[in-house]
Amino acid sequence: MARLVILGAGIAGHTAATFAKKWLADAHEVVVISPNSLWNWIPSNIWVGVGKMDKKRVTFPLAPVYAKAGIDFRQAKALAIYPEGKESDKHPFVTIEYTGQGREGQTEALSYDYLINATGPKLNFGATPGLGTGSHIGPHTVSVCTADHAAEAHERLRAILDKARQGHRQKIVVGTGHGTCTCHGAAFEYALNVEHAARQAGVRDRVDIQWISNEPYPGDFGMDGMQLGIMGYVTSVRIMAESLFSERGIHWINSAHVSKVDAGRLEYEQVDGTTGEEAFDFAMLIPPFSGVGLKAYDRQGTEITDTMFLPNGFMRVDADYTPKPYAEWKASDWPVTYRNPDYPNVFAAGIAFAPPHPISKPRTSPRGTPITPMPPRTGMPSGTIGKAVAHSIVNLIREGDRAKLHTASMAEMGAICVASAGTGFQSGQAVSFTMYPLVKDFETYPGTGRDTKRTYGEIGLSGHWIKYILHHLFLWKAKLKPGWTLIPE
Amino acid sequence: MSVEENFAKNSEFNLSMVPSKFASFMRTCVIWQFIRFVAINLKMIIVVRKSH
Repeated sequence: MARLVILGAGIAGHTAATFAKKWLADAHEVVVISPNSLWNWIPSNIWVGVGKMDKKRVTFPLAPVYAKAGIDFRQAKALAIYPEGKESDKHPFVTIEYTGQGREGQTEALSYDYLINATGPKLNFGATPGLGTGSHIGPHTVSVCTADHAAEAHERLRAILDKARQGHRQKIVVGTGHGTCTCHGAAFEYALNVEHAARQAGVRDRVDIQWISNEPYPGDFGMDGMQLGIMGYVTSVRIMAESLFSERGIHWINSAHVSKVDAGRLEYEQVDGTTGEEAFDFAMLIPPFSGVGLKAYDRQGTEITDTMFLPNGFMRVDADYTPKPYAEWKASDWPVTYRNPDYPNVFAAGIAFAPPHPISKPRTSPRGTPITPMPPRTGMPSGTIGKAVAHSIVNLIREGDRAKLHTASMAEMGAICVASAGTGFQSGQAVSFTMYPLVKDFETYPGTGRDTKRTYGEIGLSGHWIKYILHHLFLWKAKLKPGWTLIPE
Repeated sequence: MSVEENFAKNSEFNLSMVPSKFASFMRTCVIWQFIRFVAINLKMIIVVRKSH
């Protein structure tokens, strides 16, 4: 009996675990290690952050779902990987520290035959002075990265809207809290939803909303923007994003690295070297992401973290990490199987794998501050990669080293993104984007790097319906309810 | 908030494309949006099929 250990139970880890268990059944063991007791459908945290949903509607307890599926769930955080085992026992293992199940603080060594690192990101609030400490958010801003963060954001937003009702003019800032942030879509959605909430509260004329981002222009989204095929034209998503902001009276600052946050005030530096400040009464700033800080050791106990992981903490896989300029980036730089090059029984999925480079053009300010959006790997790519990696490992368990590995290159994968712009069955709106491929491939698609027949964007009520249906579909799938395998990632 | 008000605010908005009243109406017109719902879902299914 082989044991597959999966670190992380987010979209990538949960998808990998559930499909691996379905395919392997009881013949082999699937173990999931996650410090969280709840699964969170993160895209709907936006609606928690504006009070349209509560935390219970976007989360559910993992333990009963895993118990039903026959998956061994350990509520613990992974500390270190020993991919060669030890001198006394050459079987590879991970060390974990329990965070729940009545075993808080206890550590354990857990052996594995195959390992998937799907730990997701560390929310690196500590990278920006004043934004927070380590992975903990500070008191000056809010976030929507977790359900708890989003619930706190709603409480503070409600207080702001109450003050506006009393006649006090309020300033809201939404965006990214560092020059190397990713996940711009979440901040973009939150800005539009906050504006919608202010309008619904009847106080829009007393609320100023400011967008601030490390993107070179609204709509870059860390994907070097998109060229959308719409009504016979190919047009930049920038036009659509700026239109949405202009229509709603949201001002924007781009190419900005937030360098310091204080109570009610932030400082920023732009890529041309200019600096500025913004005062605020309420700010939602997405933090930069890094790896969760897993360590790795060889058989002698010597640390090999630097060989298994890049300096940003994300795991090396089968990507081409050779440093090269933007003009020489290729689709083939991106990983295909997500297998670690040194340890073939170790894979990474979702945000935990190290991208070879950004998708957007890297830029640096005259002071040397990098102001480059990092590539998004959340949602659909995470699920698709998680499933492909699970499939590969199942093949390896059944057929041995010569088994065919499944592939899920982000340069051969499309993505669907539905960005909410406000809720309501008849008054809600959302921008529905499709793109193919996610990573630009100029060899296959000279010109825009993407298939403009498959890269599309449109705002409307139908987008809200789609996002609402997807919310229920993905929670249904994650809870392994009847027909869950029919719902695509 | 009317488009004209926004145009008066600053050059950022003046350089943007903004929807007419008709375009804004169509965004929440239930009949038109049902048609768009079907069309967008078909576009999404094609991209999902190419990605798996």
